Amino acid sequence: MKYESVIGLEVHVELFTKTKIFCGCSTEFAADPNTHCCPICLGMPGALPLMNKSVVEFATKAGLALNCQIADFSRFDRKNYFYPDLPKAYQISQFYIPLARNGYVEIEPNGQKKRVGIRIMHMEEDAGKLVHEEGGSYSHLDLNRAGMPLIEIVSEPDMRSAEEAWLYLNNLRTILQYIEVSDCKIEEGSMRCDINISLRPEGSEQLGTRVEVKNLGSLRAVRRAIEFEEKRQRDILENGGTIDGETRRWDEAQGITIFMRGKGSNRYSPEPNLSPIIISDEWKEDIRNHIPELPNVKKERFIKEYGLPEYDASIITASKILANFYEETVKYYHDPKIISNWIMVELMNVLNETGEGIKDLKFTPKQLADMLIMIDKGIISGKIAKDVFREMFKTGKNPEEIVKEKNLIQISDEAELENIAKKVIENNPKSVEDYKNGKEKAMSFLVGQIMKETKGKANPQMVNSILTRLLKEI
Amino acid sequence: MKLHELTIKKANELLKKKEITAQELTEDILNRIDECESKIGAYVTIDKEGALKSAKSTDEKADFTDPLAGIPMSAKDNICTKNLKTTCCSRMLENFVPPYDATVISKLRERNAIILGKTNMDEFAIGSSTQTSFFHTTQNPWDLSRVPGGSSGGSAAAVASDECIYALGSDTGGSVRQPASYCGVVGLKPTYGRVSRFGVASLAATMDTIGPITKNVTDCAIVLSAIAGQDSFDPTSSDIPVDNYLQKLKNDVKGLKIGIPKELLYHEAVSKDVKDAVLNAIKVYEDLGCICEEISLKNAEYAMSAYLVTLAAEASSELGQYDGIRYGYRTSSDYQDLKDFYKKTRGEGFGFDVKWHIILGTYLSDEKYYDKYYLKAQKIRTIIKKDFDEAFKKYDFLITPTTPTTAFKIGESSDDPFKMHMNDLCVSIVNLAGLPAISLPCGFSKGLPVGLQIIGKAFDEAGILQVAYAFEQNNDYHTRRIKERMV
Ligand SMILES: [Zn+2]
Repeated sequence: MKYESVIGLEVHVELFTKTKIFCGCSTEFAADPNTHCCPICLGMPGALPLMNKSVVEFATKAGLALNCQIADFSRFDRKNYFYPDLPKAYQISQFYIPLARNGYVEIEPNGQKKRVGIRIMHMEEDAGKLVHEEGGSYSHLDLNRAGMPLIEIVSEPDMRSAEEAWLYLNNLRTILQYIEVSDCKIEEGSMRCDINISLRPEGSEQLGTRVEVKNLGSLRAVRRAIEFEEKRQRDILENGGTIDGETRRWDEAQGITIFMRGKGSNRYSPEPNLSPIIISDEWKEDIRNHIPELPNVKKERFIKEYGLPEYDASIITASKILANFYEETVKYYHDPKIISNWIMVELMNVLNETGEGIKDLKFTPKQLADMLIMIDKGIISGKIAKDVFREMFKTGKNPEEIVKEKNLIQISDEAELENIAKKVIENNPKSVEDYKNGKEKAMSFLVGQIMKETKGKANPQMVNSILTRLLKEI
Repeated sequence: MKLHELTIKKANELLKKKEITAQELTEDILNRIDECESKIGAYVTIDKEGALKSAKSTDEKADFTDPLAGIPMSAKDNICTKNLKTTCCSRMLENFVPPYDATVISKLRERNAIILGKTNMDEFAIGSSTQTSFFHTTQNPWDLSRVPGGSSGGSAAAVASDECIYALGSDTGGSVRQPASYCGVVGLKPTYGRVSRFGVASLAATMDTIGPITKNVTDCAIVLSAIAGQDSFDPTSSDIPVDNYLQKLKNDVKGLKIGIPKELLYHEAVSKDVKDAVLNAIKVYEDLGCICEEISLKNAEYAMSAYLVTLAAEASSELGQYDGIRYGYRTSSDYQDLKDFYKKTRGEGFGFDVKWHIILGTYLSDEKYYDKYYLKAQKIRTIIKKDFDEAFKKYDFLITPTTPTTAFKIGESSDDPFKMHMNDLCVSIVNLAGLPAISLPCGFSKGLPVGLQIIGKAFDEAGILQVAYAFEQNNDYHTRRIKERMV
């Protein structure tokens, strides 16, 4: 029998508001342990939560960007359970009446547009962190993270493969980064993902028994964990076994999922210390007006407006900073495709080599445009431009300055180039003869020699025409 | 007159006239505490040094325009006091010293109140007798073999025995009014949201309120004026403006309409003496020109169950934070794993009644039973609120006994939680509805005080204080305390 995977994701995203969700403590990352704590986030007697309004704003923005319906009335509940990193023995979350519902994220598996539904999106507080002492019989507790604002985004079980889940997560992350509510760094824990996965015979409408996989530390891990679970569950089913509804965790080192715990029931109760969240239409509209152009819209626009191929457009719009950089450059230079080529090839290369991010770029769009204009004007060759580009990347200097400093100006002097060409012809009689005998390759060898002579500064078009003329004359 | 017998108002007059100093007053009360404590046991922490120090600095400021300046008071031990032990009378917090003041305490400190110490209570405010305190039982100053009531029994006993001029208590299901009634003093439960709960260890967050326990109604108005009002640290505190309670104390209640819920006055648990005292009080009001009529709170019989379910469910969640991880008691025996750690820590740290409520509440609020019990209790609550709304369309105030009987013997009936809770019938129904109510002495039964409860509309504390004041002006029950108590 052929099986089909049914996958849903629960994604927790840390919002980067300046202060925690229910107190004034800082949300700064990587501070010394337990330095951003107060009686409220430590769950001390009589401490009461205070709602941070900007968390509601950020969460609403996220809900709108994910095409959700925003509830004008929502409420907080408590999820009661005991764990050392949970100071109050309950997590303040939204359960009965969440902030947002019924949204979607668009993905394009194999070039086919598809919508992954979002069932709910709600606000909640994060727990602290347990740091287990290596080989020790005790653990340290860091409560800086306790009370950090989170949104939980629960998808519909609409994904059918690891690839679709990966695309969904990627697009989700891009959208949230675009609207600047989170940096979504999976590695730093500001985006965390749990997988719900079940298998069913292909064509069946019924859902199989669902297994939850927790602790995914990277996009790659999500992909691998899904692939592992698909195989594990298929093996069980094919051998006539049944799937247990359980929670498993992903072991990155071994590349397998491991049993964590069985299904348990939860205790939810309304949070009595917080007023309901009331969002007026005006507030909602105000937040909506602050949502920037989202990546998929931007991509379509880039294709239409700049005539970019779909591939270029999707890569450039995948990052808001890159897209902005691109559009800024377009203002100063006439050919959008040439800009795209430089970004897709040279820029991506240096970024990959150095491991730096777009946001750390030292040069400006204007400087890139100036460099491209210098090529057009014949001041530098395309080849030289690559060196200039690397220097700009390294130092942020103006291209004119770099060209001047390094003496990279193109030689376009007819007489000078002719002299060099003559010398090269004289020194390479064999190549000249080969050329005469119809070997085109010999021509490029001679061009190469001239370039070598001029340290790459010779104007290539002029070199070509001069050489052709001189060889004809021989 | 001895200084410790003074009311807030009297003491303030003397301080203003420079006839006494705050230091003299504080010293006198500290002596009184020394004299009484072995018999009463109202306190669990006495801060002599701190009290004398702030009395001295208050004298130096020599500004007694605020009626509470230089007046020694005490606070129930679930109200957090910065750098002063706050234990909730539980082993769980035996050595807990908060790094912050509850808002009510900061407000009093700003007025240069003198904090004498922390008073005994039922563990985590669960109980009606102050017998479940981890430390000791408090004795009723009128009869040392009897309980002072609970859970603010220490505060009520301290006021009744003049071991402070006034005290603060917390009232979740009658815990200010019931001990006030047993100890013959005045206790006020404000409207939910009138007084900030920040810094007070929660028991049931939807019913907890902080209220004053005083020697008479005037003092009660003075203290409420000081602690009432919106607090940016308590999102449930109300922004409705605070009345000038003192100005409204007038001996004029003519024409007011008072309803007497018959389900409460004629409940089988109400003793004959208590009923007679309340009927007598009604007579007094009629003589003063009030219109008194019996009314029906038809769903009162469900109040006790709804209250118990709400209390247990909410308390089980609130008390989860005491797990021995960050502060408080931690098991000293070996444990195998996390679960074992929690079991031992909480098993050893909490007393019987607290555990009884936690276990009941955990069951009641489980996902499986949530609709069946907790949600149903909340529906009853809504119905009871409606009953009160109906009653208040016709009547300005409602009158009931505060407690069905006078103070019971120490050790009596404490093994029957439900019977204990019947003592709270008339008071806890008020917490379910979130309304304000006051208890004041209205008579005696075999030498023990009987309390009268006056219930008002939401945020009409000024009204109930005025009605209580009128009654107080027409009898001497509130002053008999000094003549007839045991110590
Ligand atoms: Zn904090």
